[in-house]
Amino acid sequence: MEPNKLKFAETHEWIAAEGQTARVGVSDHAQREMSDVVFVELPAAGKDVKQKESCMVVESVKAAFDVYAPVSGKITRVNEKLKNEPQLVNQSPYEDGWLFEVELSDPSELGALMDAEAYEKAKTTAH
Amino acid sequence: MEYVSFTQEDQDEMLRVIGVKDFGDLLSGIPRDLRLREFNIGPGMSEMDLLISLRRIGQRNFHSDRFASFLGAGAYDHYIPPVVGQLSSRSEFLTAYTPYQGEASQGTLQTIYEYQSLMCNLLAMDVSNASVYDGASAAAEAVVLALRHTSRPRVLVPETLHPETIETLKTYAGNLPVEFVLLPQKDGVTDLDILEKQADGRTAAVVLQNPNFMGFLEDVSRASEIARKAGALMIVSVNPLSLGVLEAPGVLGADIAVGDGQPLGNPVSYGGPHFGFFAVKEPLMRRLPGRISGMTVDNKGRRAFVLTLQAREQHIRREKATSNICTNHALSALKALIFLTVIGPHGFKRMAELNVQKSHETLDILKSVPGVKPYSAAPFFNEFTVRIDKDDEKLKRAFFAQKLIGPLHLGRFDERWRGLYLVAVTEQRTTDEMERLARAIRDA
Amino acid sequence: MSEVIFEKKSRNPGEHVSPTDPLFKLSAAIPEKHLRRSPLGIPELSELEVVRHFTRLSQKNFCVDTNFYPLGSCTMKYNPRVNDQVAAWPFYARIHPYQEERHVQGMLQVIHELEEDLCRITGMDAFSLQPAAGAQGEFAGLLIVKAYHDLKGQKRTKVFVPDSAHGTNPASAALCGYEVVQIKTDAAGRVDVADLKTKAKKDTACFMMTNPNTLGLFENNIREITRIVHDAGGLVYYDGANLNALLGISRPGDMDFDIVHVNLHKTFAVPHGSGGPGSGPVGVRAELEKFLPQPRLKRTEEGFVWDYDRPYSIGRLRSFYGNVGAYLRSYCYIRALGSAGLKRVSEFAVLAANYLKARLKNHYEMPHDSHCMHEFVCSARAQKAKGVKALDIAKRLLDEGIHAPTVYFPLIVEEALMVEPTETESKQTLDEFADAMIRIAEQADRDPASVQAAPVSTPVGRIDEVKAARTPNLRWQD
Repeated sequence: MEPNKLKFAETHEWIAAEGQTARVGVSDHAQREMSDVVFVELPAAGKDVKQKESCMVVESVKAAFDVYAPVSGKITRVNEKLKNEPQLVNQSPYEDGWLFEVELSDPSELGALMDAEAYEKAKTTAH
Repeated sequence: MEYVSFTQEDQDEMLRVIGVKDFGDLLSGIPRDLRLREFNIGPGMSEMDLLISLRRIGQRNFHSDRFASFLGAGAYDHYIPPVVGQLSSRSEFLTAYTPYQGEASQGTLQTIYEYQSLMCNLLAMDVSNASVYDGASAAAEAVVLALRHTSRPRVLVPETLHPETIETLKTYAGNLPVEFVLLPQKDGVTDLDILEKQADGRTAAVVLQNPNFMGFLEDVSRASEIARKAGALMIVSVNPLSLGVLEAPGVLGADIAVGDGQPLGNPVSYGGPHFGFFAVKEPLMRRLPGRISGMTVDNKGRRAFVLTLQAREQHIRREKATSNICTNHALSALKALIFLTVIGPHGFKRMAELNVQKSHETLDILKSVPGVKPYSAAPFFNEFTVRIDKDDEKLKRAFFAQKLIGPLHLGRFDERWRGLYLVAVTEQRTTDEMERLARAIRDA
Repeated sequence: MSEVIFEKKSRNPGEHVSPTDPLFKLSAAIPEKHLRRSPLGIPELSELEVVRHFTRLSQKNFCVDTNFYPLGSCTMKYNPRVNDQVAAWPFYARIHPYQEERHVQGMLQVIHELEEDLCRITGMDAFSLQPAAGAQGEFAGLLIVKAYHDLKGQKRTKVFVPDSAHGTNPASAALCGYEVVQIKTDAAGRVDVADLKTKAKKDTACFMMTNPNTLGLFENNIREITRIVHDAGGLVYYDGANLNALLGISRPGDMDFDIVHVNLHKTFAVPHGSGGPGSGPVGVRAELEKFLPQPRLKRTEEGFVWDYDRPYSIGRLRSFYGNVGAYLRSYCYIRALGSAGLKRVSEFAVLAANYLKARLKNHYEMPHDSHCMHEFVCSARAQKAKGVKALDIAKRLLDEGIHAPTVYFPLIVEEALMVEPTETESKQTLDEFADAMIRIAEQADRDPASVQAAPVSTPVGRIDEVKAARTPNLRWQD
């Protein structure tokens, strides 16, 4: 996925929306900050998530990072590959290292997210 | 007796390097009115006088070197080979910190890994942590784990669980959304028909102690089956020494196995320190509280050990940690590891069998004493409950007269248990001591 | 390669234990269905093999008895051997917690006097020794906070911790159902009083802090801080991690703290035992005494007894009465030192820390230049610019035969190195440490790669923690 076609949250998640569903991951900047990812605690499919609320955790050796849902909706699929290959988050944050797919409950929420250019500017100051 | 090393010259030189005239300048940040004026802890003592004083105080304690103990209920007078104390008190184990600097702590890290492996083997579980404080807090941590893992509120607790463990569970889980249901016992064991009725889709965990607080063996398999059907986690608390003869909780269906490790090479020490063990089946691995040591390699590919899965822990995850626990009882767990390897598989089995033999021998002797009635025909390991129809105060005096530390009166925990006594018989008790116990009851 | 115990095998027929009676039949006593069929999985080795295995393993550890151990916030002082001997005497090691009180009066006297000593040292009115460790002491303290507000019918939801706090503080608060709010640190390294003022409100349950704080600095506004929290109706909790700085000098009780926990394994010389057991007694002001864990030791005309009739108690935290072996060691330590000796502990601890700080200040950044108490935090930020991180310096120290300081804590100092020398080291040892630190700083400047390569003299080099966590191997399997 081309980063310039994605939308970003200020908490460093990316989202690629297509109609009612979207795929979510963390940005290249975020995976660098995390360093070596050792475990991805995936949410259960079917779980309802709310925009800006923590919905799963990514662990590195020395830290645990909350992933915040960039939009509200229901989780439809998770990236099972990460169970055995958590390093995909580091190696391929925008492709093989995606985290989950979500069915949007309110597509208008996408409007509040940044495009790649705005994220590029904001990421150094965002938390 | 002090343990400081600076001479007056050292102090003067140090103050000069710091650039202050006198020591008081270093404390100038403390407001005057907060400086302590009177500090009265008494004068210090020479080491000689200290030992004399502590010996004098200690002589007011009646201990099991001089009085044969039939007291158990969670802490037992077991044999400890001298090599256990000698190896575990080596400076390098005794005075090291938690092994956060892995390269300088391979000894500790490997012993923890070996301890984890051995506990997994004994318990037939997949993953063990490096130990927690004691059996009661281990059970409490297990309940907290189950509540968080299942997001369900109900915990089924048998009244044959150690009363102090029940109290500890309530303290730990008191501020979580939880609803404890107490399961009654029948003939000394948990009534599983009632368990079956109570276990439902809102049940997070079923807890069972085996052997239970009254000494009797529970049907862990059936209870696990009931828990599994309800989608609840099965938490089993065991006496680790009993595993020399009894089937392992992992085989019987436990999801979490816990207990107090004191019987493995740790002195009773008026109740602590002991250690709690805590092991789970694989799916719960990342929910374990406390430290874990893992095997890996160093930068040259050599085998190495390191604390791992740390992202669960308080120093990383802070308020989102699986537990607030920071310590493990490393030294007490090390004693258990050394104890198990020193006595070996045959010695361990022998010790467990000897407990069975001697406790059954004691019951046989007591049965013939007027006023003594077995509480239940259920099988037991090294402890059993009997009813003794005698005055408790008279009994206590008779035990003392026979130079015994007598069995535990269960009435101290529950009015309904007045007249019931829990008798613990370890491998150290002799036939003569059993007969003195019988005599004491007869005399009371 | 380091063989694990399961890779060794020799002979051990189990003769440490006497055999059972030849007539004894296990299945006659216990029905078959309960009996073990699965293997025990205990290795079989002769006693010599066992002794050699563990002796060799021990030699792979750094410890206080062999190496200087300036681990910040951990108080790695010398642990007098005489105390271990007392704790191992049968009078103390072979008594049972359910013996009648009249038969263990000596033990109860020790517990009672230690409670009183801790009251005098901290300025509190009552102590319970029950908590097994500092984190359990905190947990007890927060349950007391909760019980106190509940009894007043107040619903308070927030616990404050400074952003420099130890991780157990927020974890303990969360376990009690509290929301954790961080209070900022100001430019001088102290609690930002203005930030506290805006946050202290009707929902404030408690402020948990240490003093000196984790930067090693005395909170000189402490009276104002406790007043602000009290005015808002909250309580103030003292984490005793840094009490080694204050013995006989100043007391949390006089600073108006309501609840205190102390770590017997830090300040009061209980050996750390490679990670425990420790002990974390909790103390309170008189008004909060009724909430302390139960049972409580009570003095009566017939002697000491355990009191279980305490309707307001937060309950029990563990079985029996706590880590008694630790009480005995600390009791001996306090008796041996007396008032003058205890005061000298803190004076020398403060002197040692300030001396090291002075010796290192031209070589490492000191984020706060005021005098410190018993420990100080420096930063390897300048070295990091050359590619040498705090972690590299820590590892390089191991090659010098010195245990590393605490690194990356507190979180608010970049590349933090936290140094706590304690009072028991000689000046010569302190100088060796300072010399080594200065050498490493020069080396970082000249040849960063050689620092990054450390350690080279330890039994293993840098450990692959990523592999350990990605493919966990947590037990031996044949």
